[in-house]
Amino acid sequence: MLYLAFLIIFPFVVAAVLMCIKTDSVLRTAVVVSGAAAEIVAAVFFSVAHKAWVPPVSYAYLSHTGNIDKLIAVCEVLLMLLVFSQAIRFRKYYILLLSALGTIPVLWLDVTGAGESTSAHIYVDSLTVIMVLVVGIVGSLICIYAVGYIKDYHSHHTDVKDRSGYFLAMLFVFMGAMMGLISSNNLSWMYFFWEITSVCSFLLIGYSRTQEAVTNSFRALWMNLLGGCGFMAAILFSVLIVETHDLMGLLKFYKIPEIMVFPVSMLAFAAITKSAQMPFSRWLLGAMVAPTPTSALLHSATMVKAGVYLLLRLSPMMYGTLPGIMVTAIGGFTFFAASLLAISVSDGKKILAYSTISNLGLITATAGCGVKSAMWAGIMLLIFHAVTKSVMFMSVGAYENSTGSRDVEDMHGMIVRIPKLAFVMTIGIFGMSVVPLGMCVAKWAALRGFIDSGNAYLVMFLCFGSASTLFYWVKWLGKIFSVSKDSVRQEDRVRKTEWTAIYPLTFTAVALCFVYPFISSSVLVPYINNAAFAGEGAVFEASITTGDYILMGIMIVCMCLLPVAMRIVNIKQDRRVLSYMSGFNTGDDRSFYDSRGERVQQHLSNWYMQDIFGEKKILVPSLVISATFILIMMSLSAVGGLFI
Amino acid sequence: MISTYGMAAILIYLVCSPFVASILSGVDRVVTARMQGRRGPSVMQAWWDLLKLFGKESTSVNDIQKILVAAHCFFAVFSGAIFFGGGDLLLVFFSLTMAEVFLILAAYSVNAAYSEIGAQRELLQMMAYEPMLLLTSVGFYLSTGSFAVSDIIRTDIPLICKMPGFFIGLCFILVIKLRKSPFDLATSHHAHQEIIKGLTGDLSGRIYGVSELAELYEEILMLGMAGLFFITSDPVSIVWALIAVAVVMFAMSLIDNVFPRVKWELLLRYSWLVTFFAGGTNLMVLLLQAKGL
Repeated sequence: MLYLAFLIIFPFVVAAVLMCIKTDSVLRTAVVVSGAAAEIVAAVFFSVAHKAWVPPVSYAYLSHTGNIDKLIAVCEVLLMLLVFSQAIRFRKYYILLLSALGTIPVLWLDVTGAGESTSAHIYVDSLTVIMVLVVGIVGSLICIYAVGYIKDYHSHHTDVKDRSGYFLAMLFVFMGAMMGLISSNNLSWMYFFWEITSVCSFLLIGYSRTQEAVTNSFRALWMNLLGGCGFMAAILFSVLIVETHDLMGLLKFYKIPEIMVFPVSMLAFAAITKSAQMPFSRWLLGAMVAPTPTSALLHSATMVKAGVYLLLRLSPMMYGTLPGIMVTAIGGFTFFAASLLAISVSDGKKILAYSTISNLGLITATAGCGVKSAMWAGIMLLIFHAVTKSVMFMSVGAYENSTGSRDVEDMHGMIVRIPKLAFVMTIGIFGMSVVPLGMCVAKWAALRGFIDSGNAYLVMFLCFGSASTLFYWVKWLGKIFSVSKDSVRQEDRVRKTEWTAIYPLTFTAVALCFVYPFISSSVLVPYINNAAFAGEGAVFEASITTGDYILMGIMIVCMCLLPVAMRIVNIKQDRRVLSYMSGFNTGDDRSFYDSRGERVQQHLSNWYMQDIFGEKKILVPSLVISATFILIMMSLSAVGGLFI
Repeated sequence: MISTYGMAAILIYLVCSPFVASILSGVDRVVTARMQGRRGPSVMQAWWDLLKLFGKESTSVNDIQKILVAAHCFFAVFSGAIFFGGGDLLLVFFSLTMAEVFLILAAYSVNAAYSEIGAQRELLQMMAYEPMLLLTSVGFYLSTGSFAVSDIIRTDIPLICKMPGFFIGLCFILVIKLRKSPFDLATSHHAHQEIIKGLTGDLSGRIYGVSELAELYEEILMLGMAGLFFITSDPVSIVWALIAVAVVMFAMSLIDNVFPRVKWELLLRYSWLVTFFAGGTNLMVLLLQAKGL
């Protein structure tokens, strides 16, 4: 409990200190680095000390919380007032309504005492430990990365007012809120932290205060507040009608009875908005305008992961139910549509954003299946995605700070120009898309989960979606490898703090590929069998066998040996020839003679196929389809839940 | 882990594939020539061509081209070995994808217009055929309860009876994988234009030989996959499978000669539509059967 309290409260303390240090200084760097390091150490100690990773062990704490509840109620009011002030300042009055609607009923529960609960407010089991490690390690490293990044950011964007102390503080607040969210059992507590992350992401996205940033931040806010209203409805319903105050109380209804359809649908709805599933995907795309550490944090370890975390918690209740159908269909569809959309864009961060939406769609779909093998895949995807995506964001951010562009077209020949960064990015892309590595193994498991749950449409979504996923990753990878002759190495302008974050994460991404079989056998499989599904149903075994692991191990080792092998085969160099340009190569491999005999510089570009996969073509129809679908499903569950 | 039969099969695959595949491609060329009213080359021509390539000096455009092509070949052979060793179909499929990725990277690394166009076209082809390949593996799993080839061949009735839709879909994408017209967008067997041979346009000599070798191994693997629809626990079924594969090969030659090359939009649309309808319908049926309806 001590560690957990530290994990939740300490980031808020660091944030308060950072708010006081206005200017960039060694002191600030020291505070951030030591704060983040302490958080990592605490996360590791927490998971080791509690032995909660040995399922089905779990711990429950804090049954009586009179004063803390009051404190939280006060904080909720403050949070609402903060949103009010921003909404009035920027004249977005609809926000007032959403915020009040989301907060006041819960306050009413607190004030009247109806919301008072004597069951445990904090609950720790294997899934909590996994999440604590992901948030603690990945989140903290992103904070360290942010220190160096924000310096460069302000030297490039001189028009943006330097509020970097506030920026770094917000990152820590975010992490603290996330820790609170994943360890809360009490629904009101969870909701409180949930709202903090919503507001925090709003503040971070609007950091630069440009017109675009303000618009996008309010879009993120209203979507998440709307989701918050769903959460609030779920709380009201479960407290007043089901008479349970906590998540575990809801979960004990294994095989969902009719009365539970409404709250579970509402929670799922909240999770869908938070995880930026269609039709709510646009807030995450808009979040691109924020400085890169924000995106890295939102996309990898926190925010969007809060949504899928909640869905994975609810997963055992979902099989064949109304919310289950809603979640799987929305998730599968989002996975497919977002992967098509990613083909048509060339902005590195935008590709990453679509890829995040797409991958979260997959996790959402696995959670909605409500079968053991799918849940296994969902948790694995969550872990791999957090690590790999943060590596990708950090390297794109570092590239942008070094060269002034984050467009994939400008990454041409990066492997020679900035080899270290290109190497990291290559590992990231391989990790996201090619098989024996992380994401794809989990995708493989997801496929089995979808088959087990008998969802033909999910299998189809996965087959088509993974083909288009491969397309946009490999063409990005191709750009990195496409080297103009006689390119020279550029000066490495990536800051030390940035490397401090990038290297460990890249290492983790690779190491995970070797250790995940052990994570699976010692934690995930027993957890899913004994805890999540409470021993019900057929005993689940990891769908990937030892023989497969060995083969994949061979593949990974071969890939790791490639750079070494390259050195060996190039000891005796081949005769060099010019590349083929129909015989009109001018001799430097970069230009050719045109039909009038003039020298023309060649320019190579990737395919984006705007006419087929462009945002104009696909985005609006997908939003309309998903919005209609979710509307129908929500109305069904509301009618079913409230009147029957 | 791997049975003795599996080991033997892997060994035969590794040793014989290049020769068998080149003979097959020689026969294919003769058949094609006869269809066009020509005499055609010797059946051994493809084999001699391959040997000749390996006798040439290896030249390259940059440092990484060679190693990427080698990696391509390694993973292509590796996936075939998993398949014939009785391994997991999905793993075969993933390893094959990886092989393709390396070939595409090799083309990208050259940084020349034709190579890069070829790379994009190959990528597009991958996007077109991948869903069907993946779906076919799913089909085998649903019909036999296992992804492992060694379990799949223990079936009592030929799987073609349960999965005709998948077979149609697979044959459709075989046209792409065997590099036949109308879907030979990235590297055609009729090397007469830079754009449709762009992928390997900057590979030469021995390095090109390695990429050809990989293609031969891949060809045998794809034919093996078609044969898997006909193999049962009865050893005689191998004969049926061979006949079926021969018929498929002949059909491919015929298609190759009848159709002109299509544009990439059509390729993508057709292959996804066929995957969706042929594969999807069959998938629904199998899933409903699995649920016991």
